[in-house]
Amino acid sequence: MAGITLDRILAVQAAYIRCIDTGALEGWPGFFTDDCLYKVTTAENHKQGFEAGIIYADSKGMLTDRILALRQANIYEKQTYRHILGLPTVLSNGGGEAKTETPFLVVRIMHDGQSDVFATGVYLDTLRASDDELKFASRLVVCDSSRIDTLMAIPL
Amino acid sequence: MNINVTPGGNAPPPMEWPQGELTRIPFWVYQTPDIYALEQKRIYEGPIWNYLCLEAEVAKPGDYRTTFVGSMPVVVVRDYDEEIYAFENRCAHRGALIALDSGGTARDFTCVYHAWNYDLKGNLKAVAFEDGVAGRGGMPKTFCRSDHGPRKLRIAIFAGLVFGSLSDDVPPIEEYLGEEIAAKIKRVLHKPVAVTGRFTQSLPNNWKLYFENVKDTYHASLLHTFFTTFRINRLSQKGGMIVSPDGGNHASFSYTETKPADHDYAARGLRSDNEDFALQDQSLLTTIDEFGDGCNMQILTVFPGLVVQQIQNALAIRQVLPKGQFRTALNWTTIGFADDTPQMKTLRLKQNNLAGPAGYVSMEDGAVGGFVQRGVAAAGDERAVVEMGGTGTMTEGTRATEASVRGFWKCYRGHMGL
Repeated sequence: MAGITLDRILAVQAAYIRCIDTGALEGWPGFFTDDCLYKVTTAENHKQGFEAGIIYADSKGMLTDRILALRQANIYEKQTYRHILGLPTVLSNGGGEAKTETPFLVVRIMHDGQSDVFATGVYLDTLRASDDELKFASRLVVCDSSRIDTLMAIPL
Repeated sequence: MNINVTPGGNAPPPMEWPQGELTRIPFWVYQTPDIYALEQKRIYEGPIWNYLCLEAEVAKPGDYRTTFVGSMPVVVVRDYDEEIYAFENRCAHRGALIALDSGGTARDFTCVYHAWNYDLKGNLKAVAFEDGVAGRGGMPKTFCRSDHGPRKLRIAIFAGLVFGSLSDDVPPIEEYLGEEIAAKIKRVLHKPVAVTGRFTQSLPNNWKLYFENVKDTYHASLLHTFFTTFRINRLSQKGGMIVSPDGGNHASFSYTETKPADHDYAARGLRSDNEDFALQDQSLLTTIDEFGDGCNMQILTVFPGLVVQQIQNALAIRQVLPKGQFRTALNWTTIGFADDTPQMKTLRLKQNNLAGPAGYVSMEDGAVGGFVQRGVAAAGDERAVVEMGGTGTMTEGTRATEASVRGFWKCYRGHMGL
């Protein structure tokens, strides 16, 4: 089986950040497989092998629940993100799966106009191709810094 | 005592604490630089125990962590005699940091600036070129290394928590905690722990606003609607609150609900009630009664900056550190036990979603202190009202009270002389 083409990898990466940055968060879980792993962690924890995440989800249902909680239960000031991605490195590719590493920078824009670099890091991804779709079987969000300002409401 | 604020247009009157009781908190206490400086001397360097790190984080000889006592940088280290020591992270020579990393393993410490060398107890052992070079320069013959060194802390270890104090007058740790609070700590930290992660949450507010927030049982089910929606925690649930005799330490706790919830929330139209909200993945809500007492949540504080958290099976140690009057570092250390099964490990990883910077439950606590800090920006002469449950600071069988917040102020004012 041929590897996943780079244009498909780029397309799903672009669509993912567009989904978050436009606030269409209900669409966010749809980028993942049902048995996905999504974790936000730090470079320090990742290096030391600490397993806990700032966000940890081992099913698509947990991702849906997080958005439901953000919409229905959690209180936070109005804010948006702007993701800027670097170029992905394809670490492996074959058998319907590609492992990639993609740098990101996220600016958080608060409702009063305050804009700050909220997070930088890399996405360590396992992308899985099925039928016409390409989904994240695993997305490890490794933040460069161990410090999070105020709170992390919207996922990275 | 009187505290002067930074002068505005008209010079403000000297600020005095509202007389008589503990139900009024003047907002200048969250704003004034003089207060911040005084807290360092009277609280952090005073007769109190500062949480430093977990014993498990300095498990082997040579292991060290760097942390803070208020604004004072500190090194905590286990020496080859197996004892834990702590000393100010400040070279006796010019004052540079002795250890730069957040932690590691060392045989000794050498300041990078002029290579003054310290043993793991913080004793100055060597001064570079002490005898000069080729008979010239060097330190005077009268210079005695043992007269110089960073300040050393007394150490107390309780249930795997390492505390440090700069005071000779601090009471023994058990007495400082209080019998009931000590028992509640031991209830959770009853066997060797394993660290699973570390995060720092930078809070846009004075440290006291966060510490009060943790002690404030009144807000829990009103601000944090995730729990109330799922009936995990309501004020109508069986639970209670303990305050230590000095007011500084507290534990609040609740038990798994066995009867249908009352309708107080619905009847009052409170935001916290939403019957239609259901999770797709219920695995998050599965709780193992690992302590065998049915208590599904215990939040505990130790003055001035330690939180021991049990939310279902999500365990964490939180360290509250001031970073100027308007900024607080909240250091999260998520933990499990060394003998956790793979299933228990996974459950804790899932339930860690409840707390932390992105926590379903605690997310709001990261922001709400900032809401107060911004709200009171021009209200230094005004006061908060802390009168829920009366005026006392004693243990109560309800969480619809602010007794533990008043307890904090009783303890704080005692140390500060305010």
